[in-house]
Amino acid sequence: MAEASNQPHESLQSVVLRGPNQTSQYADITTLSSRFAGSINEIIESLGEITVVVKREGLLELLTWLRDEPRLYFNFLSDVSGVDLGEFATPRFAVAYHLYSLKHNHRLRLKVLLEEDDAQVPTVSGIWKSANWMEREVYDLFGVDFINHPDLRRILMPADYEGYPLRKDFPVRGY
Amino acid sequence: MVSTKEIEVPTTSVKTLGKRDPLGDQRMTISLGPQHPSTHGVLRVEVELDGEVVVAARPDIGYLHTGMEKTMETQKWQQVVTITCRMDYLNSMGNDLGYVLAVEKLLGVEATPRTQVLRVMLTELNRLSSHLVWWGTHVMDIGAMSPFFYAFVQREKILDMFECVSGARLHQSYFRIGGLMADIPDTFLPLLKDFVAQFPDFLKMAGRLVTGNKIFQSRTKGIGVISAEDALQWGLTGPSLRGSGVAWDIRKTEPYSGYETYDFEVPIEKDGDIWARYLVRMREMEESLGIIQQTIDRLPEGPIQSDHPKLKLPERDLMKEHIDVMIHHFLLASEGFTVPIGEVYFPIESARGELGYYIVSDGTERPWRVRVKAPSFLNLQALPKMSEGYLLADLIGIIGSIDIVLGDIDR
Repeated sequence: MAEASNQPHESLQSVVLRGPNQTSQYADITTLSSRFAGSINEIIESLGEITVVVKREGLLELLTWLRDEPRLYFNFLSDVSGVDLGEFATPRFAVAYHLYSLKHNHRLRLKVLLEEDDAQVPTVSGIWKSANWMEREVYDLFGVDFINHPDLRRILMPADYEGYPLRKDFPVRGY
Repeated sequence: MVSTKEIEVPTTSVKTLGKRDPLGDQRMTISLGPQHPSTHGVLRVEVELDGEVVVAARPDIGYLHTGMEKTMETQKWQQVVTITCRMDYLNSMGNDLGYVLAVEKLLGVEATPRTQVLRVMLTELNRLSSHLVWWGTHVMDIGAMSPFFYAFVQREKILDMFECVSGARLHQSYFRIGGLMADIPDTFLPLLKDFVAQFPDFLKMAGRLVTGNKIFQSRTKGIGVISAEDALQWGLTGPSLRGSGVAWDIRKTEPYSGYETYDFEVPIEKDGDIWARYLVRMREMEESLGIIQQTIDRLPEGPIQSDHPKLKLPERDLMKEHIDVMIHHFLLASEGFTVPIGEVYFPIESARGELGYYIVSDGTERPWRVRVKAPSFLNLQALPKMSEGYLLADLIGIIGSIDIVLGDIDR
């Protein structure tokens, strides 16, 4: 029998954690954080990605500025997605916007946190038209209302469906 | 009631659109699909027609919605790979690649050099097979039957190769977090070399058969035009966007899996019509073939599995000696591994455009949320913008030209 040892074997020690293998660049947001200090709750930098948690009230103004500011120039809305933070969490929902700039080749993620009894956020479909369907999907699956949305209907689920399937309290089976 | 004197023969030309129709507001609304072969799946388009001219087109989706994002939250990290490839079933390798790269970014793991090259090789092969299905069905929608069979002969060879490496033809689940399902068998590379050797002949034949065809050109040139500004506003990505003259390919701008080390061009056309999108995809097939050739030339030897302890099962001999290794093996095999708390957005260039995985981890062995930004979803959203003002028959061509996959849209 081989000599017993309390040390983990060397194959388990020699772990080299390397950097993420993609070179997505995130935008320099120093101007943003000084100019909109009042509407930013938090700035998180993690894994090379920058998340700006913003207040709902200043969202439209901030996003319009991000689109038009020449140094940032976020002319493409990559994604609008909802996240349920947990059945008993407060705030309950997050809506995440992923922006991309073709000119500068950089990205940015913005997040709005919403309470369950006040789950509504202004639509950004006036800034990027592509938000129309993506916001409809968040509305359909999470029940988040988008104020002033031109066509807020269910998109994936049937029109007469009740319930919001991607909420954490929605059962996976037996509904 | 109009008198007979006022009635003219309604013309269906694009030029007369907007002029008052002598028959009044007798517009017709028809439902195209969901069981219509040219909608490439179960897509329903509510089309409002003025004669034969499309006044409004309203896509209606969701017939294929199976709640995959919800299902992913119930699966372990490694098991999710079996779901991702079922979304965009024509580009399944690419869908798996985006997911495993996103989780690897969360874990801080980089795949081994051999794995990276094999991933690029198979993803590009999958891009070819996806474009082949597009080519066959798109041209068939416009009225040519036989190209479909030529395309599927080639696609069959690619599916045979996928079967050779993974055992499955469509839903391979071959890419795993930290590596691959297994190394490629010895029989794979000879198959691939044979395929690469004969594929340029197919492309030449395709050029003679369809691209140079006058009827095809007159059905596609100047139809379904979308400008670059509109395309970006409506969120078009991939070949559909590059057909409008925007040079954006994520393999170039945000390279992953070592794409920056390959030599390839990003084809661009400026006109923004069906013909431009057609040419972009045809030239993309040539570029993909070039990338596959480069992967064959450089494929290094070495391990395929990352040595991160969460991703690699311990060796059998060690398990018999060390109780901690045994416990580690037991936990890995029964509970799976955990992923650090965090969130990541990982975009890749699928055959259809920007495929983004937004993954939120709460530090457990299952993902908290996997959001898939599907390229077809947004490409389809631009359909009304592209098709209004053109003939109903052109609408069929436009649907084909944005190359949608309903599994990708509805998820």
